[in-house]
Amino acid sequence: MRLINQKPGRSWRISLAMLPFALLLIAYLAGSAARLAENPQDKLLPSVTQMADAVDRMAFSEDPRSGRYLFWDDTAASLKRLAMGLAIAAVVGLCLGILAGSLPLFGASLSPLLTVISMIPPLAILPVLFIVFGLDELSKVMLIVLGITPVIARDIEQRAREIPAELLIKAQTLGANTWTLILRVALPQLLPRLLIALQLALGSAWLFLIAAEAIASTDGLGYRIFLVRRYLAMDVILPYVAWITLLAWLMDLGLKRLTRAAFPWYEGGRT
Amino acid sequence: MSAPARPPEGRRSPSHGEDVAQRQEGSRTSFIQVRKVWQQYGDQTVLENLRLDIAEGEFCALVGASGCGKSTFLRMLLGQERPHKGQILLDGQPLVAEPDPSRGIVFQRYSVLPHLSVLDNVALGLELPRAPLLGRLFGRAKAEAREQAAQLLQRVGLGHALDKYPSQLSGGMQQRLAIAQALIMKPRMLLLDEPFGALDPGIRKDMHALLLELWQETRLTVLMVTHDLSEGFTLGTRLLVFDKVRHDPHAPGAYGARITYDIPLNLDRHATREAVAALPAHVTSALKTA
Repeated sequence: MRLINQKPGRSWRISLAMLPFALLLIAYLAGSAARLAENPQDKLLPSVTQMADAVDRMAFSEDPRSGRYLFWDDTAASLKRLAMGLAIAAVVGLCLGILAGSLPLFGASLSPLLTVISMIPPLAILPVLFIVFGLDELSKVMLIVLGITPVIARDIEQRAREIPAELLIKAQTLGANTWTLILRVALPQLLPRLLIALQLALGSAWLFLIAAEAIASTDGLGYRIFLVRRYLAMDVILPYVAWITLLAWLMDLGLKRLTRAAFPWYEGGRT
Repeated sequence: MSAPARPPEGRRSPSHGEDVAQRQEGSRTSFIQVRKVWQQYGDQTVLENLRLDIAEGEFCALVGASGCGKSTFLRMLLGQERPHKGQILLDGQPLVAEPDPSRGIVFQRYSVLPHLSVLDNVALGLELPRAPLLGRLFGRAKAEAREQAAQLLQRVGLGHALDKYPSQLSGGMQQRLAIAQALIMKPRMLLLDEPFGALDPGIRKDMHALLLELWQETRLTVLMVTHDLSEGFTLGTRLLVFDKVRHDPHAPGAYGARITYDIPLNLDRHATREAVAALPAHVTSALKTA
């Protein structure tokens, strides 16, 4: 049988999905063991026990100085910024996208503007944000917002244009005015697209969050990673990175599930 | 470009048919009046000098080769396009230049809203005109709208599928839904743009029967574009053939199509309906419930 026609069964698919992770883990453990055998003081590839100790220290025992559990504080601070950034970007992006994509008069001005704005590298204007919004929460949230809003807005605009003209005409023959047409025809059809756009923007959102926290912050997952970097504390950095990855993956999964549950008609509908 | 002399009108329908058409028009005020309408896109002339009177209650089948402007004509009637020259009058008034609830439309595809259930697709037409701010009704008004929509859906044979989404329906059922959606508005004119073009022959026959029944009941003016000549002959009370009579091989876009044949059809059906309409109301309502 040709390779292109061979498809894995269910159990095979799960095993094949696990395989690369297992290989990476084995490679790491072997490398770590080899380096530690040579030099027990090695910090580059900490062993599992060292990392477990670090996690225990950060997450399950009080910080001697502040009396708080740093790991959970960091997580809460980061997630709060991320959620605010994503929520604002989603709402603004959706509104701009619908305006630009559904109303040709607005699109004529908005479309070129969005295209140009989306070309500005958000990290390049991070200093501007710090100057304008100060060094506290607002500037970090704004970086996420500015970073992903144009992407979401352009995606929604494109999807709004793809709504068949027949449907817009039909809605008008059913008595819709511009506003109710957007409210009852365009918006509901674009909401699942918005969730998918958010899903795709998650990666960038995390990037901007970590960057903002690394530069000016007193807590947060990104702040902690960059702080302990000074002590080459790989035993803290690696669990933090794994935790961030897990959170991002769960969000991605959650958005996917939400899309399917909230919009059963989307992509084939419920069967 | 100098306008060449108009060709002789020798290609119109046989004089017998024309007489009948004239008499029909004379006996009623015409509902749709098309006055010397031209349509062109850039250099491409699509329709030239279209003149037409359509009486209320007529079922016009528009046939012709692809690209000869039947659908363009339909889009102009819908208000989706404006004539380049000339005028279309509806009841003596110039046509509203954008789609509105007085004109229902069924397209070949994308006629129904994918994100609404079958019931809501039809109820939407009752909600939108009455709720200009929120686009939806609540409470009793909503329940009444849904009840009315459900009755109409029952009538077109979708009573069993009220809660389904359009993507779960077959092509024929989707078109039934599209027709119900258009009819809930009680439009004065129903425009059909190759509504059954994508359906199997068997399903198509069912749809023809349904459409004729609805036409008999509602006394709508129907204009239907079709590729299928026999469909046009079966359904219409009037067949309008669109064709290009003039060709310039050096400038293929120079001349547009016009109506070359205008054939009255199924006169008996017209007469039957007239007769039924002439009956006193208590008799007809008794017949309908029977």
